[in-house]
Amino acid sequence: MSAAAGVSTFVTVLTAVLLVAGAAITLIGAIGLLRLGTFYERAHAPTLGTTLGTACIALASMIYFSALETRPVVHELLIIMFVLVTTPVTLLVLVRAAQLRDQLESRETARKPPSIDGAL
Amino acid sequence: MSPILVWSIALAQLLLGLAMGCAMLRMIHGPRAQDRVVGYDSLYVSAMLLLVTFGIRSGTTLYFETALIVALLGFVGSVALAKFLLRGEVIE
Repeated sequence: MSAAAGVSTFVTVLTAVLLVAGAAITLIGAIGLLRLGTFYERAHAPTLGTTLGTACIALASMIYFSALETRPVVHELLIIMFVLVTTPVTLLVLVRAAQLRDQLESRETARKPPSIDGAL
Repeated sequence: MSPILVWSIALAQLLLGLAMGCAMLRMIHGPRAQDRVVGYDSLYVSAMLLLVTFGIRSGTTLYFETALIVALLGFVGSVALAKFLLRGEVIE
């Protein structure tokens, strides 16, 4: 109790709600990653955690440390900005790679049956 | 620290741990390589959020720096894997 002597009940409840909301949103995204059918659907699901989940939890951390140290603590904005900028880059490269691999695979399966027939 | 915050941090850590488990399952039996890379991407983001909650629990800003490093290295790793799937080489 002594560590949180300067933290009001309002800040505590706000931090708790933001934390649980962010973690639940991240879990929903991860369940979507597990349950959805194709790769192109699956690539969407975890972005729920990287946008809203990260924003909620980093905001909770910002509010709690600002109240604890009685000064504005905004360095969690770095995490929000970084994750927000880097996730689209990763997914762009990854989906392009998946598309290329799908094209190569379909070309190979289209070519394979005649060659097998010819061999037989 | 008030009991509300202690229990909500424990609940948030449980939910993030379950999210990490889901991402790990997708990494283990993703049918193709790109599914595993998406699972890895989701895994490191959940781990980074878990580190932020540890930081709130302990009241130090040390965990924030760890979370930033996890985000940085996780991004570099997943982009390297995606680039490898694109061309078969990481650095051209």
